[in-house]
Amino acid sequence: MTTQNKKGTRRAFAAAYPSWFYLPAAVIFGILFLFPTFASLFFSLTRWTLFKYSFIGLDNFRQFFSEPFLVWGLINTLIYAVVTSGSKVVLGMLLGILLTSNVMMRGLLRAIVFFPVLVSTIGVGITFTMLMHPTNGLINDVIAVFGVKGPAWLTDPRFALLSVAFVDVWKGVGLATVIYIAGIVSIPAEYYEAAKMDGANALQRFWNVTLPLARPATVTVIILSLIGGLRSFDLIWAMTKGGPGFTTDVVASVIYKQYQAGFYGLSTAGNVVLFVLVAAIVVPLSFVLNRREVEA
Amino acid sequence: MTYEISRRLLVAAAAGSALALSFATPAFAEVKLTFLVDNAAATVTASEALAAAFHAKNPDISVEVESRPGGGEGDNIVKTRLATGEMTDVFMYNTGSLFHALNPQQNMLDLTDESYQSDIMDTFKSVVSENGRIYGAPFRTTMGGGVLYNKKIYAELGLKVPKTWPEFMQNNAIIKEKTKAAPVIQTFKDTWTSQLFFLGDFYNVLRAVPTFPEDFTANKAKFATTPAAIKGFEHQEEVFKAGFLNEDFGSASYDDGLRMVSTGEGVHYPMLTFAIGNLFETYKDNLDDVGFFALPGDEAANNGLTVWVGEGIYGYAQTEHPDEAKKFMAFVASKEGCDVQTEAIGALGPYMTKSCTLPDDVPSPTKDLVSYFAEGAKNAPALEFLSPVKGPALEQITVEIGSGIRSPIDGAKLYDEDVRKQALQLDLPGWE
Repeated sequence: MTTQNKKGTRRAFAAAYPSWFYLPAAVIFGILFLFPTFASLFFSLTRWTLFKYSFIGLDNFRQFFSEPFLVWGLINTLIYAVVTSGSKVVLGMLLGILLTSNVMMRGLLRAIVFFPVLVSTIGVGITFTMLMHPTNGLINDVIAVFGVKGPAWLTDPRFALLSVAFVDVWKGVGLATVIYIAGIVSIPAEYYEAAKMDGANALQRFWNVTLPLARPATVTVIILSLIGGLRSFDLIWAMTKGGPGFTTDVVASVIYKQYQAGFYGLSTAGNVVLFVLVAAIVVPLSFVLNRREVEA
Repeated sequence: MTYEISRRLLVAAAAGSALALSFATPAFAEVKLTFLVDNAAATVTASEALAAAFHAKNPDISVEVESRPGGGEGDNIVKTRLATGEMTDVFMYNTGSLFHALNPQQNMLDLTDESYQSDIMDTFKSVVSENGRIYGAPFRTTMGGGVLYNKKIYAELGLKVPKTWPEFMQNNAIIKEKTKAAPVIQTFKDTWTSQLFFLGDFYNVLRAVPTFPEDFTANKAKFATTPAAIKGFEHQEEVFKAGFLNEDFGSASYDDGLRMVSTGEGVHYPMLTFAIGNLFETYKDNLDDVGFFALPGDEAANNGLTVWVGEGIYGYAQTEHPDEAKKFMAFVASKEGCDVQTEAIGALGPYMTKSCTLPDDVPSPTKDLVSYFAEGAKNAPALEFLSPVKGPALEQITVEIGSGIRSPIDGAKLYDEDVRKQALQLDLPGWE
């Protein structure tokens, strides 16, 4: 046993920097990440007005889960995450294939697809709010040319969430495309040549070569856009503020409104719940997707 | 069990940044006060006029006006700055229920013994007091919550100001039939504007159930089970169902609403009368086409107005210049202060200082507003001045009811749930 211990210690010393070397990073990590994390866990168990707090155990969590709009917020969050993430996978892959082919002005087209990613989310939200205005907006003006009266995109509860999701996809698909372009470009050309020799048509080459070999790209896009979708807030807040009423509330906007109302303990509890929720969905998903990748 | 958060810890954190700043402080004796107000154009204009007038009178004290957003975002800024010890020397904030949420005894200067208190109306003192001590001085005017209406269209159609709800609906029907204007303007892009049918009806609620505020605060009365209290929601649903709203009610903004009511694109706009200030700024030429009446209830004989007591200004308890801050607040609350405000932004309503008077040529909606104060008994404070309990989700609920997404009774139940959180946060007896 002693020899093993000694060996272990020696190896640790040999492999690492002296331990004081870690100290600055550890202090920064502790102050900026560890302390707030534990402080928020603590305050989620209190009724907190910023001026004083009283310990109330798990009452905040009970309250949070009994919020009448929380259930809707959860459902909306899931719909939003799945719709945006799914669309980004499909559109990102199609655009990726298009932009890796010998299309004209490829560089320019790639830049155009990526451009919305660079624009500020709030700016995009405000712009689309104007475009989607039911009576003065450009979108409905265009539809009116065809003699159809466009709906109130952002204020009709049937369309509001999907309208915001559409803008999210428009803004985010560029990133998915870039990831796909990288994934598709890295597939060796020999596979396509071999498939062609065997007489595979374009669709078969896509299905049997591109799709399975671009799997790492798909995994990355799904996980990134799902996390983004689950904790989405800025675009929804800029476009609908969760409205009309509560119809486009997601978990993050419910939490934000509680914070605005001064229920600091309650909204901190909400953030703890959101953290657990995102982790509970994304960790197993990434595990499953990555394991299959290894097996494949 | 309740714990106070150590102020020393916050001060220690603030001291570091203060140290860095102190090198830049000039050496002469002029005292500089900071004054935090909301960023509504009329507020900023009035505040700057007051600061300039005060400085002219007291050359050794200058006042710097800082602005912040209004609404929930502003609440957070005020609370955060108080909690971190970064508040300005004097700041403007609501009176009534929101005032109590700021923990006045810990955060504000005590103004009880100031000499001008005898000149301040009791209505105002009651909404800035806690445990018998007064913490606020009046700023700006008292408002009414009712209906701004276009008098030109009323004159064209020969309509009379409605005293009961059926009369109001009848006027709407005539307007819809005979003009292109929208009978009722709603502007749900700015969600707070959706609450007026409900909050402005409180005079009528109080007439029907005089004990409602106490019972509501004590968790004994509920909106969902008090028929008189739910009428505001029902009225809102009625105007939606009758198709009286402007077409873009869901995406129109408060500014759109002001434009519509002043130019005659719409006729009735349920609103607080502070909007007269914005009309004065932007639609001055049309201001005399606009009138104001209280939200009508059941009986014509008892028609009256729901009143919002004006904002208060408060001195920060940790200020380095308490005497100068008090001097500035005394100036704002004096007749001189009222006159400076009237000159800067027009006469918007009655002041809470007894010696203040309004000029004779007030704008038309202000004249209508003031008439509800002349008759003494024909007005009552809004619920938020009689009870500290106000739910934060009301504006979303009224948007849903006003867009036909939720029924009034459902909305009332949801609101009863919503206020519970506020009552718990305030630690009121009778709630759990």
